[in-house]
Amino acid sequence: MKNSINNAFKLAKSEDRPALISYTVCGDNTKDKSLRILNSISKHLDIVEWGIPHNCPTADGKDIQNSSYRALQNGIRLNDIFSLVKKFKKTKSSKPIILMGYYQMIFNFGEKKFIQKCKASGVDGLIVVDLSFPDNKNFAKLCKKNSICFVQLIAPTTTVKRMKEIIKSSHEMIYMISTISTTGSALKYSIKRIIKNFNVIKKIKPSKNVVIGFGITEKTISNLRSADGLVVGSAICREITRSLKDRQNPVTNVSKLVRKLKNKII
Amino acid sequence: MIKLRKKTPLIDQHDKFGFYGNKFGGNFCAETMRKPIEDLSKLFEKLRKDRKFLKKRDHYFKYYLGGETPFFKLENLTRYLGGAQIWCKDVSAINGDAHKAYHATVNALICKESGKRYIAGDTGAGMFGKNLAMAAKKMNLKCKIFMGTKDISRQAPNVKFMRDAGAEVVPVDSGSKTLVDAVSECMRHYVSNCDNTHLAVGSAIGCNIFLKICAWSTSQISRELKKQLIKEFGEIPKLKLINVIGGGSSALGFWNEFIDYDKKHVELIGVEAKYAAPLSTNAKVAILHGAAQYCLTDKEGQIAETHSLSAGLDYPGSSPLHGLLKDSGRARYTNASDKEALAAFKLITKLEDIRPSLEPAHAWSECIRLAPKLKKSDVLVVNNCGKGYKDKKIYIEQLGYYPK
Repeated sequence: MKNSINNAFKLAKSEDRPALISYTVCGDNTKDKSLRILNSISKHLDIVEWGIPHNCPTADGKDIQNSSYRALQNGIRLNDIFSLVKKFKKTKSSKPIILMGYYQMIFNFGEKKFIQKCKASGVDGLIVVDLSFPDNKNFAKLCKKNSICFVQLIAPTTTVKRMKEIIKSSHEMIYMISTISTTGSALKYSIKRIIKNFNVIKKIKPSKNVVIGFGITEKTISNLRSADGLVVGSAICREITRSLKDRQNPVTNVSKLVRKLKNKII
Repeated sequence: MIKLRKKTPLIDQHDKFGFYGNKFGGNFCAETMRKPIEDLSKLFEKLRKDRKFLKKRDHYFKYYLGGETPFFKLENLTRYLGGAQIWCKDVSAINGDAHKAYHATVNALICKESGKRYIAGDTGAGMFGKNLAMAAKKMNLKCKIFMGTKDISRQAPNVKFMRDAGAEVVPVDSGSKTLVDAVSECMRHYVSNCDNTHLAVGSAIGCNIFLKICAWSTSQISRELKKQLIKEFGEIPKLKLINVIGGGSSALGFWNEFIDYDKKHVELIGVEAKYAAPLSTNAKVAILHGAAQYCLTDKEGQIAETHSLSAGLDYPGSSPLHGLLKDSGRARYTNASDKEALAAFKLITKLEDIRPSLEPAHAWSECIRLAPKLKKSDVLVVNNCGKGYKDKKIYIEQLGYYPK
């Protein structure tokens, strides 16, 4: 599915709503459970993101750290992640899946081998948190060659000059970080200011799909519905943590949460 | 093999992406951090050429940190081991008790220049934390120190010092609860507060600019040593410079002025803790805390846990600059166990008046191994980079006593 990410945005646009994108950690809290969660929530989602857990996640807040920790405790490995992606794609072949992680995991595995594995298992896109522009130029090219969307990030600290360069080398999706923070903290800026930043990016290249992430929760999501897409990560990871703590089924609880999120933007 | 460039400071031997020898370093960080570190790089490059700033730095080094640290021969130890002459560059005599004082002071000065009012740093042994807390107080900055909970309990005297100086000590309870987790948490804090906070990374690690600032600051040690050697010997004699390596900030400072010398003339020897020894045990290159470096990992690429009695050495990575020195063959690296470090402390303190902390005790251990095999004309200099009081409790637990 070469353009499945673009198609997902088109579909959302045709329904006059932002695309809804989830982030969960692959292997949280077990391999099987994380796949069941993804299968169950994906019906409410346009794109799914799966985190590759790493034990030195310098840009993640507590919620995603907890998820990664659980996944690693249960022995998740990169090869498991690829086979889980394959399993997911078997039943949801048209649902775009993006892997998100830290560069160390890719570097250790080998860039080329990593991308080949992504391609073979059906990964549609990649987000590498700590491989920022311009250091990611070669890797992004390698992705493109293999029909994988490399998602560039833009932060509130990114200057307009740099933004233009990043957008120029970006593929079909761009990830805008809402606020100066790690994942999962409260929004520091007003909604107005976030939308303003979003519009600056859109104005440079209107055809790019720009999604907003970091600090998106049940409370904030409907106010940001003018974005092309919205990513909810920590709020979902937090729900998994809560469910496990209360000995409830995370699959049904997370599903309920994602359905609620969806209802807020339609 | 990587070749070093002569007459170019070691810290400046990187390409435009911040890589040394195409292999070590770089800027592996979140997009949010890019602009702040670029601003910091520009500021640092300006300040290091700015006469007024250098004068201010020298003033602080002289009057606030107490000026030149002593250099002397250990007559008893030399006689006892019966080989090379053993000399001590006693950096622990600085106000602040360790080489981290230089680095902390410079960071506080840079923070002041940047106009930021908050400064945050990580610490393992507490030496950097303590010195940063002191410098922040002196310069009227608000200071946060991130420290693993295991280290908070084993380096309690330094924690008390930090709190007394008015710094907030943030306990880090994730992972191994040691330095590696403290650095991660401190970087997260920076990602979230980079608009008003200056990040002072505790060693010569992290994105390019952080390791540059660190090694530039500690190089004061070798500037002094060079003068002291010439005063003592009339020239730079045939030398071996032995230094402990955790992240590697003290060694880089101790060696900086001697990099261009032939290694047969000035040999550089780094000593790691045995179970935290990426440079001396052929670890792979990995990305940790923003830079490519020799680092202990498992097969999957996850960062490995380390074990050392010494909190300052309990770290899986190493400075990218040490990767460069290793791969260029300029420095060689070995390691010492907890037991060997303790035995070295025992011998040194029996024969001499110095009281090294656990970190330099590792360097002393290598000195003790090496000296008997060498000739009288050989000169061994050890960087005694930290004072032992902070480890008093550990020494008493392990040895049954702490010397007067």
